[in-house]
Amino acid sequence: MPVTKSDSISVRSAGEVVGVRHLVRRWAVELGLSLVEQTKIVTAASELARNMIDYGGGGTMTAEALDDGIRKGLRLIFEDHGPGIPDLQAALRDGFTTGGGMGLGLGGAKRLSNEFDVKSAPGEGTRVTIVRWKGAS
Amino acid sequence: MAESQWAVLAGVVREHSDEVAREWVRLQQNDLTLRNNLLRAGELEQQCREFLAALVNALQNGGGADVLRSETWAPVRELLSGISRSRARQGFTPTETAMFVFSLKKPVFDLLRREVNGEQLADISWAATTVLDALGLYTTETYQRGREEIIARQQQELLELSTPVVQLWHGVLALPLIGTLDSARTQVVMESLLQAVVETGSQIAIIDITGVPVVDTLVAQHLLKTVAAARLMGADCIISGIRPQIAQTIVHLGVEINDVITKATLADAFAIALTRIGLHVTRKNNPQQQQRRSETAAE
Amino acid sequence: MQSIPILKMGSFLLVSIQVDMDDRTAMSLQDDLTSAIVKHRAKGVLIDISSLDVVDSFIGRMLANTAAMARILDADTVVVGMQPSVAITLVELGLSLKGVRSALNVERGMELLQSIARQNLAEADEADAGHEK
Repeated sequence: MPVTKSDSISVRSAGEVVGVRHLVRRWAVELGLSLVEQTKIVTAASELARNMIDYGGGGTMTAEALDDGIRKGLRLIFEDHGPGIPDLQAALRDGFTTGGGMGLGLGGAKRLSNEFDVKSAPGEGTRVTIVRWKGAS
Repeated sequence: MAESQWAVLAGVVREHSDEVAREWVRLQQNDLTLRNNLLRAGELEQQCREFLAALVNALQNGGGADVLRSETWAPVRELLSGISRSRARQGFTPTETAMFVFSLKKPVFDLLRREVNGEQLADISWAATTVLDALGLYTTETYQRGREEIIARQQQELLELSTPVVQLWHGVLALPLIGTLDSARTQVVMESLLQAVVETGSQIAIIDITGVPVVDTLVAQHLLKTVAAARLMGADCIISGIRPQIAQTIVHLGVEINDVITKATLADAFAIALTRIGLHVTRKNNPQQQQRRSETAAE
Repeated sequence: MQSIPILKMGSFLLVSIQVDMDDRTAMSLQDDLTSAIVKHRAKGVLIDISSLDVVDSFIGRMLANTAAMARILDADTVVVGMQPSVAITLVELGLSLKGVRSALNVERGMELLQSIARQNLAEADEADAGHEK
């Protein structure tokens, strides 16, 4: 899938989550995603960025604009070198949280995206990839 | 093929382009498959001349045989794209559209046979064939894309037409759904309803599914999501038109539909809605009744 | 961090969130609201989110917590003006915003708070009447 544009930003502190939202919103608008599509991916990015800060010790988000001439999409990759997620299955279940929050981060981001992938293991950090395609449901 | 041979081809065609154009137009008009009523002669001639000019330019500027990718051939491709799309819109078939290019071959070959000497003739004819074949195929592709764009647009219009939101009263909206509800359609439906709620400031939205033949888990879930979203915004939803079979399906599927008001008919739902917003329907008094009343009061 | 103004309208408080809040702003708003409820003995809080085009789980939690704290302080909370795309996203996300009432706009939100206040008063009167007997 041809990547027409790519950019990475560091996400280390809670104050930077707003910046993540603004960047993702700008790219989503540029790709022509509908308002609801924009809101879904911006919200998913907010959740994942926050997860990275709270549990991964901060990391980077890479945004990639995808365009193969037929489909347009936005891919976001959240990568950290934190402790990793010990029980991935449990983490994907809603309500699960080791902190005191609502525990909707991973499951929620998955539901808000067309494609979702997570790679993580204790001691190996975490890498979450989400994609939203223009015109998909 | 050597540079000079492209130059020869370009030169020959340019020098005799008037003649080629005339012959080309004539062939197309004679062709039984060309629908004269769809295309005016003037329009066809203009398209042919423009195309020839662009073709000669591309050949002279060293475009070579790389018709589909080279920047030099871009103006020709754009021209063909436009012609192809307009033919698609006008109702021509893909073959008829491709014939625009292919029918140029005969005039060009006739010309080459006259103007080019024996040795070069074979090579230059081959060059011309390569170019025209590629361009002919290109029209088919853009024709295809043109049709797909039309279909996509028609689908969108159909989607929008079949999800009308109706205002039954100040503050009460109704969404009468008709036909099959698939995922894409339900998204559109959800968004139009919620947008209408904001625009009209309506507190109640009645979703009537009388006209929906099949309600499966997915549809039921979509409906419930719409209800939940409306509630988050401050409006209530009533689902009406629930037929006995649908009620059965919902119970069998174990879908949680407890805290949603459901009514059998749109009329029932409307009555409830009016009560909710504090309205009461009373019968107008008839004059005779009023006369009797005032007489009784006077006594 | 920005400070979000809180307006007093009779016995209610009105907050209009116009900016995309960062975490500190959100937490500070939560604190400011609870202090204001106590200070003004407010009976209700109206939070206008019509300018917010994103509500993630953090903001959602903030709204739910604010409503819960207000309840303990004997005040009701109504969130108004949620945008359709935000509502659709929240439902997909799975956030229920329990304990938070909602209304379409500020006007309706006020009406709702007033009717809740009237109802509370009526119930209190009944209870008093019961006690006197």
